Amino acid sequence: MLAEGYRPLAGGTDVMVLFEAGKLVHKKWISIREIPELRYIDVSPEHVILGALTTYTDVRRSEILSKEFPLLLQAAAQTGGIATQNRGTIGGNIANASPAADTPPALLVYDAEVELVSQKTSRWLPYTQFHKAYKVMDLASDELLTSIRLPRRFENWQHFYRKVGTRRAQAISKVCFAGIRQGDQIRVALGSVAPIPIFLESPDLSSITPIDDIRSTANYRLQVAKNLMAEFLSY
Amino acid sequence: MQIRVNGVDHSIDAPPMSRLLDVLREDLRLTGVKEGCGEGECGACSVLIDGELVNSCLVPVLQVEGASITTIEGVANGDKLNAVQQAFLEYGGAQCGICTPGMILAAMTLLDQYPNPSLEQIKEGLAGNLCRCTGYMRIFEAVMQAVQE
Amino acid sequence: MIYGATVRNPARRGKIRSISFDPGVPWDEFTIVTAKDIPGKNYVALILNDQPFLADEITAHGEEAVVLLAHPDRYLVEKARTLVRIEVEPLPCVDSLEDSLAKTQVIWGDDNIFKSYLMNKGDVDQAFAAADLIVEGEYETGAQEQLYIENNGMIAVANPEEGVTVWGSMQCPYYVHKALIPLFNLPPEKIRIIQMETGGGFGGKEEYPSMIAGHAALLAWKSGKPVKLIYDRAEDMIATTKRHPSRTRHRTGVTHDGKLVAMEIEFDIDGGAYATLSAVVLSRGTIHAAGPYSCPNVRIRSRAFATTYPPHGAFRGFGAPQSIFALERQMNKVAAALNLSPEEFRRRNFLHEGQSTATGQVIREKVDLEDLLFRTLELSHFHHHRETFDRANPGSPLKRGIGFATFMHGAGFTGSGEVALSSVVTVEATIEGTVRILAASTEIGQGTNTIFSQIAADALQIDYSLIELAQPDTSTVPNSGPTVASRTVMVVGKLVEAACIGLKQILISSGLLAQTYTSEEFAEAAAEYVENIGPLRASGEYQPPPNVFWNDETYQGDAYGAYAWAVYVAMVTVDPITYEVRIDDFVAMQEIGKVIHPVLAMGQIEGGVAQAIGFALYERVAWKNGRMANGQMTNYIMPTSADLPPIRVFFAENPYAYGPSGAKGIGELPMDGVAPAILNAIEHATGVAFNQIPLVPELVMESLLPRNRHA
Repeated sequence: MLAEGYRPLAGGTDVMVLFEAGKLVHKKWISIREIPELRYIDVSPEHVILGALTTYTDVRRSEILSKEFPLLLQAAAQTGGIATQNRGTIGGNIANASPAADTPPALLVYDAEVELVSQKTSRWLPYTQFHKAYKVMDLASDELLTSIRLPRRFENWQHFYRKVGTRRAQAISKVCFAGIRQGDQIRVALGSVAPIPIFLESPDLSSITPIDDIRSTANYRLQVAKNLMAEFLSY
Repeated sequence: MQIRVNGVDHSIDAPPMSRLLDVLREDLRLTGVKEGCGEGECGACSVLIDGELVNSCLVPVLQVEGASITTIEGVANGDKLNAVQQAFLEYGGAQCGICTPGMILAAMTLLDQYPNPSLEQIKEGLAGNLCRCTGYMRIFEAVMQAVQE
Repeated sequence: MIYGATVRNPARRGKIRSISFDPGVPWDEFTIVTAKDIPGKNYVALILNDQPFLADEITAHGEEAVVLLAHPDRYLVEKARTLVRIEVEPLPCVDSLEDSLAKTQVIWGDDNIFKSYLMNKGDVDQAFAAADLIVEGEYETGAQEQLYIENNGMIAVANPEEGVTVWGSMQCPYYVHKALIPLFNLPPEKIRIIQMETGGGFGGKEEYPSMIAGHAALLAWKSGKPVKLIYDRAEDMIATTKRHPSRTRHRTGVTHDGKLVAMEIEFDIDGGAYATLSAVVLSRGTIHAAGPYSCPNVRIRSRAFATTYPPHGAFRGFGAPQSIFALERQMNKVAAALNLSPEEFRRRNFLHEGQSTATGQVIREKVDLEDLLFRTLELSHFHHHRETFDRANPGSPLKRGIGFATFMHGAGFTGSGEVALSSVVTVEATIEGTVRILAASTEIGQGTNTIFSQIAADALQIDYSLIELAQPDTSTVPNSGPTVASRTVMVVGKLVEAACIGLKQILISSGLLAQTYTSEEFAEAAAEYVENIGPLRASGEYQPPPNVFWNDETYQGDAYGAYAWAVYVAMVTVDPITYEVRIDDFVAMQEIGKVIHPVLAMGQIEGGVAQAIGFALYERVAWKNGRMANGQMTNYIMPTSADLPPIRVFFAENPYAYGPSGAKGIGELPMDGVAPAILNAIEHATGVAFNQIPLVPELVMESLLPRNRHA
């Protein structure tokens, strides 16, 4: 059906907002929310795999994620409110590709891979390669994002996450910082400071391109990103 | 399509992308569900779908086929208010009342998860329901009093 | 029922060249209303009558209503809106206070000034010349959206034979009534306005409902059908009124020992493109600008000026939050310049009984602000925290501070306003033996219904369950004045009390009721009276308190019947990483005459404090191209439950002789003292003086970054 121009509708928490504002351009939607095969959290010795329809509430309730991927829980807990978390999905969040999304930075530092499936093909892609430009993804029009795979090698790292929003809850982020660290090795990702989430392996912030917008200023985002990096490194 | 609302089965004939909010208010005349923002920000439209709190303004009706929905109209037992409703009345949890249906459902679902919540848990559980009148203090009080019941 | 929608000016100020209708909907099925269809006069009757219901040849601001549409299909109406093309030939705009006052372009009247005041007490010029120290300061506040959770909405039926009936969400049915009379050129008895359950107002439904009611009624008039006109959130935010932005300049002269000798204040508020209520907002802000201090020489020059923005209007506090913010920041500045603590400086200047305010009003009640301040500082552990923070801040990245504000708020209409309103309340007994209150005061969440019932039950000495309230319907209730200005309990409640006492007298005089009675006996007697004698009714009409004098020309005299007095304390932490301000504790102490209903009174203060925290730190209106650019709840930020501190509320009592059971008005009071208390605390925490609100983290950062400090 994707090949026929239908787009998948998951939790609806992004799509419906546009729909109500009259800004939804695409007209053909197919709801995939009811496909139980896409909502799960599986554990193997090497990986934890999330189905694309895993909700934020599912993430928050997962013991394995809490233990080995705590930044995902922090991101989920700060996405919208309880009502949004009950409906919104990780797959939907990734595919909606908002530069201000809260989960992608955590997925980037955890070296996630995404599974993209079409009627005839199926491939795994490192998440670092998924977002290419503002709302442009390595996702063919007939491909569905079906799962997210996380390698189980970060449990003993130090985990740091901070979302800076317009208020303490129910806020779109102005700067989002995820960082994990082991010895000299760091893995950092930032949201809301570029058209796509940015992954870094050094403290060099020169690749971020924050802007002035309705919520904040480029100066503020840049300065806060620097402050967060310094805080993270001093941990 | 079939949906169950407040324990009663209904046959609904509405365009699939209709908001659950509109189907509840207009098709089923359950006007206790309120529209405050249409963006999923204020929580005035909160209902429970299979026991989970959701913003009905963001749910396309096609996604609730076969589901069991609870609105504020389904909370009391005839004339007998539940503990949360009673506490809201006694402790000033409602001023103008527009946020109250959603707020009560949010409080109920919070207490389902945390029967004896801390103030922090109450604040977090209700953070998706905006109230412009109360400053939330009487609402927190009402929830804590409801726990005593 | 058909559904209405408003098509608004897509440009800014300009001449409307044409209105055309693109294909795409069956236009012949639509009801279309423009200014040409108005049966009577095209102005919203309020104060200056300058604002049209629909722009005609000139449009004065972006989002001004130009065309109204209605159709049975609600979704088709939304589509049709996008197909109406309004061509506007631009005219010059005025965007700022500077431009407006400089008259680079005159967009209103002769000089862009809706109203100005000049208040004089004593001789400031001489006093400045003799002052030991003079301190100046400038302070700004931004627009704020009322953000009631229920949007504006009306339902109307209208035709020339039967007249006009409107049901809707509103604070003041008689304001709407007054506005529709000239619109339809109908006599008063043919206009009927009914207030329905209203989901919050805060002033945002004081005057704006007249506009949307007129629109719904015009569509009903032309179509011959009932019309429902409900705004969605975006339209409500972008098109309706907001709090007036302000700029205040202070010049304060003091003696070495910290006594105020001269206060000169310039208070300017931005009214947007039409006058609406700017004159009255200005009035209240002006009168409150010099605060609860005794100063022999005061000059206040204030102006409400026009700019090319959607008009600003009423919002809880109504000018006072703006001028009191400036004053309480200035008082701290002067204290620091004198090397006095902020509390000591204020102690030396508080008003006492027998002293006079800036308008020359002699305080005739026992006000003890020193005691109120002392108690509040104790309750907030002010000194302990201040010392702790002073010690810890230099060595800590987290900066903590504590600050306070002391203020007063006058309830009821200013000066002769209440006399002009000449409000009336009627009570009547029913055949069931209950008593029904007929008043135009609306329940908007603040507890009108509860308090009136309480007052009535008390005055009649009967059970609360015997009291009913008539729905505010202009065809049945008398004009009790608007539900604004913190007057509902203090002024109208007093009329409820008076009317009930009158009713009781009638019943007792009739012989059907003894001097003392039970609830049941009262009900029986009332029912019997109605059954056998006739209607049992009594009214209370406003009587001004004796010895109240006010001069509208010189703006001198007794501005308000009563003031509530307050001290608010805020404790804050400034986050060094994000520059966010977190409020850790908030203490709100006020003397409000008498607490009629403790839970409702607490609720008013807590809700007002929360709303004022939004005013201080979060609620920024982003203006772009002459209109609000962040008209969504996602981007206009009000505090959630997770953002607010514990708000600890305390009351002191000092009964006011002319309020029911001694009560003074309290609805707006909490709006006044929060922002300055918070900013005083932030200055304590950071050592940097911030003088502009909303103080969002981006602004905090600008002043705290080391490179900016050296500049």
